[in-house]
Amino acid sequence: MALQITESCVNCWACVDVCPNDAIYQPDRDEAPHFLISADKCTECLGDHADPQCAAICPIEMAIVNELGEFLNPPGSLTGIPIEKLKEFGLWREAA
Amino acid sequence: MELPVISNNAPAAEGGGCSSSGCGTAPDGLAHLPDHIRAKVQDHPCYSEQAHHYFARMHVAVAPACNIQCNYCNRKYDCSNESRPGVVSELLTPDQAIKKVLAVAAEIPQMTVLGIAGPGDPLANPGRTFDTFRQLSEKAPDIKLCVSTNGLSLPEHVDEIAKHNIDHVTITINCVDPEVGAKIYPWIYWQNKRIFGIEGARILIEQQQKGLQMLTDRGILVKVNSVLIPGINDQHLKEVSKVVKAKGAFLHNVMPLIAEAEHGTYYGIMGQPEPTQEMLQELQDACAGDMAMMRHCRQCRADAVGLLGEDRGDEFTMDKIDVMEVDYEAAMVRRKAVHDAIIEKLEAERGVAKPKPTDIPEGSRPVLMAVAGKNGLVAEHFGHAREFLIYEASPAGVRFISHRKTELYCGGMDACGDGDVVEAGASESLLDRNIRILEGCEVVLCSKVGYEPWAKLEAAGIAPNGEHAMEPIEEAVMAVYKEIAATGKLLPQADSLKVA
Ligand code: SF4
Ligand code: SF4
Ligand code: SF4
Repeated sequence: MALQITESCVNCWACVDVCPNDAIYQPDRDEAPHFLISADKCTECLGDHADPQCAAICPIEMAIVNELGEFLNPPGSLTGIPIEKLKEFGLWREAA
Repeated sequence: MELPVISNNAPAAEGGGCSSSGCGTAPDGLAHLPDHIRAKVQDHPCYSEQAHHYFARMHVAVAPACNIQCNYCNRKYDCSNESRPGVVSELLTPDQAIKKVLAVAAEIPQMTVLGIAGPGDPLANPGRTFDTFRQLSEKAPDIKLCVSTNGLSLPEHVDEIAKHNIDHVTITINCVDPEVGAKIYPWIYWQNKRIFGIEGARILIEQQQKGLQMLTDRGILVKVNSVLIPGINDQHLKEVSKVVKAKGAFLHNVMPLIAEAEHGTYYGIMGQPEPTQEMLQELQDACAGDMAMMRHCRQCRADAVGLLGEDRGDEFTMDKIDVMEVDYEAAMVRRKAVHDAIIEKLEAERGVAKPKPTDIPEGSRPVLMAVAGKNGLVAEHFGHAREFLIYEASPAGVRFISHRKTELYCGGMDACGDGDVVEAGASESLLDRNIRILEGCEVVLCSKVGYEPWAKLEAAGIAPNGEHAMEPIEEAVMAVYKEIAATGKLLPQADSLKVA
């Protein structure tokens, strides 16, 4: 059970500092251009916090997904920008 | 009243004896400040208008994370509370930042203030921010430190801030009412939860106000920045100003919202209007109030690496700094000599009484002028100006009003006049944009103006003037004002102004 970081990540470090398990790391550039979550360390914060901390602080929609590929912060959920506007500006995408 | 050594000597004299307009020395202007803060401000090289022409600051980007969302910010870029949105700074580790600061300070003695302002919220990155401050306080005690924050985690860090050589703290406060706040901040991260809407804004406001009070109680200078968002907090900012002044903030600085769709911010995408120059100035006047004398303060006028000119910025890239050997002990001696010389020069200037304007008919109306200045002189080419200094001339004298930032449109001497190109997708050329920011000004003073901008300025009713190149700004502004006054066009019956 672990969350994952997608290519939407802007490498802002916010999640790294709040993860109770030190599960978030900056990989070699060839592996990924953004932070990653180590699947064997991530507990989805169970036992530590009511909400997964990375997803609670991450400012970027669609940057964190669960094992089903669902966005923890879907488009529009953080900024309040309506879906039509996001589509108009090319800022919308479907969950995997 | 006790005056420390570098005295502006105005507080004793009725009417202010400082030779520079807008200089922070009028006794009434400082009356609202507690004594210990007043003492700090009035003699501070960075807060006197003269001095700020000579000192510079630099920023290091060591603080990427943020703990709130502002509707004018896109986290792909730097914190828009302090810098222009759409800019990405090179992220440095604290150790890299130290190396860079020492290298720049050794090379540029005028660099006296080091700021951490982002790219996120410095206090949401306490480890990286305070590691940088701790190392710098040890290795370069002659550099003052400053930090900007959205205020959310300020109260818990006040004690740590007080330990370092921190000169001042900037808090961005856009509202004191949670209902207004909910329209500016969609959420905050607080005690391990994301909190949306009014509740989030309420907590943020509470922490900002608490932190502000804690800092001023400890005698640390606090500057408050507010972003003017038309229709959202424009009228409310007057209330903000009262509240922060009552808590001892020494300056309230109102900045215009920048909301461009291509920055991808909430306001940009939703078409939130930006304020006009007039609206901004009205608010700046209303909020500055008795703090007006501090209006010029942005700590220091320029970015230190910028002081070197475009061509030398590349000397301080990380790979070059890595191999530099800096003997900071020796550099400190050189720095001190340069600082002393500047301060001596400023004191000498202060000693010279400012001539009272004469030959200006009573009842002449005031005139706003824009100046492309450098080091206190009319020394910039119109197309090279990164900002215009706005001055008001009136029968009472010359008064500094504000800075207005430009987009550089001129790529260099040779390219002059070719700047009037509308970039694909842009709705107006940079030249037009720069002329628009001069709204309300009747004259623009610069060392030189190209032919094309000359014509466009005239068409916009702004008289270009290159006749006072290299003269001290205030003298030049007064001279031009007198020329206009001599035509009789400043008296009430004169309907339109035409400067020859
Ligand atoms: S869900 Fe919790 S444990 Fe997993 S990466 Fe995020 S913060 Fe760390
Ligand atoms: S908080 Fe989000 S955007 Fe920032 S580094 Fe973590 S995943 Fe990336
Ligand atoms: S505090 Fe700064 S970095 Fe954080 S959201 Fe606001 S403008 Fe952006």
